[in-house]
Amino acid sequence: MDYEPIIGLEVHIQLKTKTKAFCGCSTTYGSEENTQTCPVCLGMLGALPVLNEEVVNFAIKLGLATESEIASKSIFSRKNYFYPDLTKGYQISQYDKPILENGKLEIETENGSKKIGITRIHIEEDTGKSNHSETFVNSTGLDFNRCGTALLEMVSEPEISNSKEASAYIAALRQLVRYLGICDGNLEEGSMRCDANISVRPVGQEKFGTKVEVKNMNSLRNVEKAIDYEIKRQIQDIKNGKEIQQVTCLWNAEKGITIPMRSKEDSDDYRYFPEPDLVPLLVNENWINEVERTLPELPSAKRNRFQKDFKLSAYDSGVLSASKEIADYFEETLKFSKDPKQTANLVMGEVMRILKETKLEVNEIKVTPEKLGEILTLLKGKKINQQAAKTIFDEVAETGEKPEKVMKAKGLEQVLDSNEMETWLEEVIAENPNEVERFKNGERQLQGFFMGQIMKKSRGKANPGMVAKLLNQKLN
Amino acid sequence: MSSYFFLEDNSVETTVKKYLKKIDENSHLNAFITVAENYALEQAKIVDEKIKNRTAGKLAGLVISLKDLICTKGIRTTAGSKILENFIPPYDASLVKNLKNEDAVIIGKNNLDEFAMGSSNETSAFGKVLHPLDNSLVPGGSSGGSAVSVAAGLSRVSLGSETGGSIRQPAAFCGVVGLKTTYGRVSRYGVTAFASSFDQVGPIGKTVEDVARVTEVISGFDKMDSTSAPNSVPDYTQFLNQDVKGLKMGVLKECFDEGVDPEIKKSVLETIELLRKNGAEIKEVSLPLLKYGIATYYILTTAEASANLARYDGIRYTYRNGEAKGLDEVYVKSRSEGFGTEVKRRIMLGTYVLSAGYYDAFYAKGQKVRTLMQKEMNETFAGLDCILAPTTPNLPFKAGEKLDDPLKMYLNDIFTVSANLTGIPSLSVPCGNAKNGLPIGIQIMAKSFDEGMTFRVGDFIEKNIKILA
Ligand SMILES: [Zn+2]
Repeated sequence: MDYEPIIGLEVHIQLKTKTKAFCGCSTTYGSEENTQTCPVCLGMLGALPVLNEEVVNFAIKLGLATESEIASKSIFSRKNYFYPDLTKGYQISQYDKPILENGKLEIETENGSKKIGITRIHIEEDTGKSNHSETFVNSTGLDFNRCGTALLEMVSEPEISNSKEASAYIAALRQLVRYLGICDGNLEEGSMRCDANISVRPVGQEKFGTKVEVKNMNSLRNVEKAIDYEIKRQIQDIKNGKEIQQVTCLWNAEKGITIPMRSKEDSDDYRYFPEPDLVPLLVNENWINEVERTLPELPSAKRNRFQKDFKLSAYDSGVLSASKEIADYFEETLKFSKDPKQTANLVMGEVMRILKETKLEVNEIKVTPEKLGEILTLLKGKKINQQAAKTIFDEVAETGEKPEKVMKAKGLEQVLDSNEMETWLEEVIAENPNEVERFKNGERQLQGFFMGQIMKKSRGKANPGMVAKLLNQKLN
Repeated sequence: MSSYFFLEDNSVETTVKKYLKKIDENSHLNAFITVAENYALEQAKIVDEKIKNRTAGKLAGLVISLKDLICTKGIRTTAGSKILENFIPPYDASLVKNLKNEDAVIIGKNNLDEFAMGSSNETSAFGKVLHPLDNSLVPGGSSGGSAVSVAAGLSRVSLGSETGGSIRQPAAFCGVVGLKTTYGRVSRYGVTAFASSFDQVGPIGKTVEDVARVTEVISGFDKMDSTSAPNSVPDYTQFLNQDVKGLKMGVLKECFDEGVDPEIKKSVLETIELLRKNGAEIKEVSLPLLKYGIATYYILTTAEASANLARYDGIRYTYRNGEAKGLDEVYVKSRSEGFGTEVKRRIMLGTYVLSAGYYDAFYAKGQKVRTLMQKEMNETFAGLDCILAPTTPNLPFKAGEKLDDPLKMYLNDIFTVSANLTGIPSLSVPCGNAKNGLPIGIQIMAKSFDEGMTFRVGDFIEKNIKILA
C-alpha cells in the first residue's frame, strides 16, 4: 500500500520592533543578561501591559502580503502555564479571535508554483531564556532580555505534501518577512522558529492519520531531514502494525532522529481566557491603508516584473529577487548600464561571489551600482573584454577606485588592432609547434589553449572574438 | 496657609508626628503592616519647605496611608501575604505618583485581607485587624486596615481597593466614608491585581469632602493602564454643599427583603425619607439579576485571580522554600507555604472554572450574566440620578464567626458586588447607628463616571443626619 504524508507548519516569527510587545524595553540582541527588563516584562505586581502599535503595523504588513483577512476586532488572551522563563505565569497571546486569518503563501515546487493556505496568524509575546550551561552549578540561569518580545505565530493549513515543499514554504516566508522588514528570518539564531505537524495516510483515504508534532528544526536542511525521517518512521511503524501515538517530538540533528518529548495525555490545559488588562484591538480601514502605503514590492511581483520587463529567464529573475537588497542593487546598476542581461550576469557572478567571500552585505561593498554600471558600460563599448572586466571589478572591490582609472592604470584597454594580435599569434605558433601539429590533426579542443596563450601575451587585452577568428584563419 | 485644605497644624511635620503617635498608641488594632516613619518625616519637611515657598501641591498637609497592595517605591509592599513579605517595589503605582506630585505624605501601608480576598480582614498573613469600637468584632474587609486607620485617626485618609465591596463594606462597618470609583477612573498600574476587570482603588475618609478631594487627584487617564478611561476629571468640590431637590433616586427593592438586619433597614429607610422630605423624588427599582451577583462575581474574580497570582512562583522576587529541590518542588512548596487558605481556595476555584470542559459552564456563562447585568443596570438607571441601598446586610460580626464558612462570608458582599460587576461608582456614607452604637452605612450608586453625584448626595446626608461619634 502507498502512503502520502500531510504536513502543516507552525512558524514563530520574532518581530524586529524597536521595543517589546507590551513594554518600552529595547529588543537589541546580544546585550548583557537582564539589562533589557522592567516591571512589566518581569511580571512584577501591578505592572500592566500596553500594546506596542508597531507590532500591529508589522502584523498588518504580513497580513497584506499573505492576502489574509485582517480582523477589525481581535482579542488578546492569557495562555496559562508555569515555567521559569515565563514571568507572569501566563503568556499574552491571541486565541479565538486572532488578528489575521485565511491567508496564503505561494511557494515554488518542482511542478511549478503552489499556494499553501494559512489558517491564522496571531500576535503573542516571547518568553525569556533558560541557561542550563555549567556556569550555573545545581541551578539554571534565567535571562529575561527576550521576555516580552513580539512574535507572530503563523499556522498553515495541512496542505504541504513533502519535505521539499516544507522547506520551500519556510524559505518563501523567510524571504517575505525580510522583504517586509519585520523579521531577520534567521532560523539558526531563532528569530524564526518552525514546528511541523506530520501525519501519513494511505493514498485515497479521506481521513487524516494521527499527527506528530516535531520541534527544534533550526535550518532549512534540518526541516527537510526531520520531516523525511518522521514520514519514513510513521510509514514503517504502520506497516509493522504499530499505532501512531499523538506526541510532540524534538528533532535531534546530531543523531538524525526525532525523539518523543511528551504525549497528548500529559499536554497542558492552557485555560485560555480574555486578557482583562488589555482592551480589544480595533483595526480600521484607515490603519490598513496607511500600512499598505509603506508596503514594498513583494518577491513574486518583482520576479514577474524582472522576467517581463527585462526579458530575464525565470531562474535569473528568481535569483536576483531573492533578497530585496540584491534586487535593489541590480535595478540601481541597471540605471547606469542599461543592459539587463549583462548586468544580471555580473551581479549573479562577480557580485554574489564577492559577497560570499567577504561576508559583507550588498550595500557595504565598494563596487557601488554606479561603479558596476561603469564597468558594464566599458564592456558594452568594447573598451574592455570580459576578463578585464573581472580584473577591474576585483580591483574596485578592493580599493573603491573608479573603474576607468583602474583600466588605464593597468593598461587593460582592449586591443582591437589586428596587426598586434597577429604578432602575438605568430609568436604563440612558433613557441608551440607540437600543439599546432595536434590541432591541425583534429584536436579542436586545443583552441582554448591557444586562446589562453594569446591572452597571456596580451595581458588580457586581446579581444577574444578577434582572436578566435584569427586562430581559425591561421591554422586551417 | 489656610489655602491648603488638608493642613491641620502649623507644620506638616507636626501633623506627621501626631499621627505617628496615634499609630503607636493603637498598634493593637494592627491597622498597619509597615509604618514609613522616617520616610514620612523627611517628606513632611520637604512639604513644609514647599509651603513656605508657596510651591506646594493641593494635597499639602494630607497625611495618607495606603492599602498594602499599592506599590510604593522603596517601601515594602506585601499584599498581606507571606509570599511577598520581603518585596520592596522599585516603582511607584501611577496613583502614588499623583499623590506625591500634589504633596501628600504617605505615612505607611495598611493591613488587608491577603491579596484583598476576604470581607473581615482576618486572612492577612500579618494578623487580623480589630474593630476600633469593639475589639472582638471584625472591621470588615478587605480594606479593613484602611477603614480602621481613618476611623481611629491613624491617618487622615487611606486608599483602599475594591473588587467586590472591599472599600464600602469596611467603611460602613467602621463608620467612615468610602468610595468605589468607576472602573477605569483610577489607573491600576502598580496596584497588585486580584481580579483585573474588577479592581479599582478609591479613598476612605472621615468626610465626603476629604474623599472627593483625594479622588480628584488619583483619577484620570494613564498611558500605563490600557483600561484607564480618557474621561476628564471634574472639580469634585463643586458637588458639595448642594441640595437634593428634584434629584431622581431609585431605592433598590431587593436590599430590603428578609435577610437584612432590621436596624440597618430602619436606619437606611429613615435616611431615604429625609432625602424625600428635602425634595428628592424617590422611586422603587429592582435588579432581578442581583440574585446571580455573588455566583457570577466569584466565578469571574477567581478565574482572573488564578492567573494573576501565577507570577508568585518562588522563582524571582517572591517567597521561596529554601529546601525545595527541582522546579516542581520550588513551585509547590513555595506557593503552598506562601499563600494562605483563602487565597489557595480561590486559586483552585478559578483554575477549575477555566479548565477545559468547565469553561463554558462557568467562565463563559459568568461573562454572559455580567453583560446582562450591565444592560439591566443601564436600563434601571434611565431617568435616575442615583440608586440607594444599604451597604451591608448585617452589622460588624464577631471575629472568627464566618471564617470557616466561606459561603456565609461571601454573602457579605451581596449588596456591593453589583457596582463591581457593572463598573459603576458607589459611595458608602454613615447614616446611623444600631442600638449598641455600631455604625450603619448607606450606599449611593451613580452612573459610570458620575462620582460627582455620589458626592452630592453623600455630602447632603453627612450634613443632615445626626450620627453618634
Ligand atoms: Zn520591559
